[in-house]
Amino acid sequence: MSKGKVWKYGDDVNTDVIYAGKYTYQQMKPEEMASHALEDLDPEFAKDVRPGDVIVAGKNFGCGSSREQAAACLRAAGVQAVVAKSFARIYFRNAINLGLPVLQSKEASENLKSGDDVEIDFAGGKIISGEKVFKFPPLPDSVIGILEAGGLLEWTKKKLERAK
Amino acid sequence: MGQTFSEKALGRKAGKRVRAGDVITVAPDFYLSHDNSSAIIGEFRKLGLKKVVAPEKIVIVLDHIVPAADEKYAQNHKTIREFVAEQGIPNFFDIDAGVCHQVFSEASFALPGKVIMGSDSHTTTYGAFGAFSAGIGRTEMASLWATDEIWLRVPETLRIEFSGRLSPGVYAKDVILKIIGDNGADRANYEAVEFVGPAAGDFSLASRMVLANMAAEMGAKNGYFEADDKTLEWLRARAKADYEIVMSDPDATYEAVLKYDISTIEPQIACPHAVDNVKPVTAVEGKPFHQALIGTCTNGRFEDLAIAAKILKGKKIHPRVRALILPASREVYLEALKKGLIEIFVEARCVIVNPGCGPCLGAHEGILAPGEVVVGTSNRNFKGRMGGRDSEIYLASPATVAASALEGKITDPRKYL
Repeated sequence: MSKGKVWKYGDDVNTDVIYAGKYTYQQMKPEEMASHALEDLDPEFAKDVRPGDVIVAGKNFGCGSSREQAAACLRAAGVQAVVAKSFARIYFRNAINLGLPVLQSKEASENLKSGDDVEIDFAGGKIISGEKVFKFPPLPDSVIGILEAGGLLEWTKKKLERAK
Repeated sequence: MGQTFSEKALGRKAGKRVRAGDVITVAPDFYLSHDNSSAIIGEFRKLGLKKVVAPEKIVIVLDHIVPAADEKYAQNHKTIREFVAEQGIPNFFDIDAGVCHQVFSEASFALPGKVIMGSDSHTTTYGAFGAFSAGIGRTEMASLWATDEIWLRVPETLRIEFSGRLSPGVYAKDVILKIIGDNGADRANYEAVEFVGPAAGDFSLASRMVLANMAAEMGAKNGYFEADDKTLEWLRARAKADYEIVMSDPDATYEAVLKYDISTIEPQIACPHAVDNVKPVTAVEGKPFHQALIGTCTNGRFEDLAIAAKILKGKKIHPRVRALILPASREVYLEALKKGLIEIFVEARCVIVNPGCGPCLGAHEGILAPGEVVVGTSNRNFKGRMGGRDSEIYLASPATVAASALEGKITDPRKYL
């Protein structure tokens, strides 16, 4: 289990503030993408985020565009998971496909605050912060295979090999 | 137990009876991508395949940054053109065509009962024609090109029943803004939204596209209208493939039913910085602004431009306002030109922008400086979307935007009718 700090945000954090449209059609390296993460929501984030940190937000995280970099830039920034009350549909798919864990927990969303120390027990389905423990529901079976393969591309590669 | 449209449309593809909540694997009928095709090509190459499985299902429309605004964008377009030629992809639309959702519909890939995946969040638009269409990401699109398969969760359905008739000065945009404002930007997350009831059929296809397009702004996986005589009339001259109309059963199970008497709705406006921050236009009347935008995949069709032209005819845009007209496609542009709308706009001091996504996503052609305010007909008003972080975006109908552009401040369009 890796440890990190909480970055806390509100409801409806949209893909434009996670990763601006003006960068979407430029091919960038992961570290460059990370430098623009959450630029229009919290300019401090990209400067101070550390590997293992966790974003905690309210409902409908990732609403808006289908741009995949909104998940990729957070993974590139070292974010180990996003915890939210709920996720927008396309964001949820993109995050899984790129290997960024997205965890639903209303309790964690309501009780954690910025700067809290946090660790995540993926196998046990637990988010731990000091004395507080929050459970998250297991991901659907359909997506576990994709996460285990290391993302959709790897999963598809394996599928193509099997078909040969 | 009856089935919803989405259960039926996905069940036909899965080759079995399915219910909301089931996870199935399907081979869609068409898949759409745009400028992001160059990134998809990059992912596809990583899979080590030489050829896409089904080139005839791929539809690519260059629209996001057209013509290319700089060298990087130009390279993206070049990469895509070369890939199209290499793979023999028959359905490629270059920078002259327009916004992908309009072009895809005009070229009649949006057909009743079809299952369509697009790597763009407003792929929901084709529900206006009775199709099942949903947005996906780039990696998923690369995987589709490689396998012609995708996993989908069969969505629950939110049914929205319309009755009554729209009052003068009120349009489809006001209706969908009202619904999103009342119910929130995540009300239909993961769900299908069916627009039904006696008044649903009164909406023109262009208006249905406004509602289905913006279903994405309530989190919907797909939007849906039943195909009717208007749909068949549109398809008569255009449809190049066979299709079958699919409709919900009368005893289908819905997550919820919302009822709207549309005659009670007045002009609406979404205020910064969320699409569900909706107020009656009268509540923010008088707010000064800098740029007006009429067009986009939400409201850039002929009927939208005609409404704006009627208000602008013989008048001048307020001197402090820059007014951009962004037709959704070349076909729309040409019709507007032939019928004299473009002349009215130019006389009124509007700038005509070439069909495409333009400034809507903040990449080019009308970016906002810090502190500036835009009133537009597009579909998103997220912070910084169209430029500076401190800029503000208001969303409204073409009538509200046109009336506001004349006065230089947000204006109720009903005084111009």
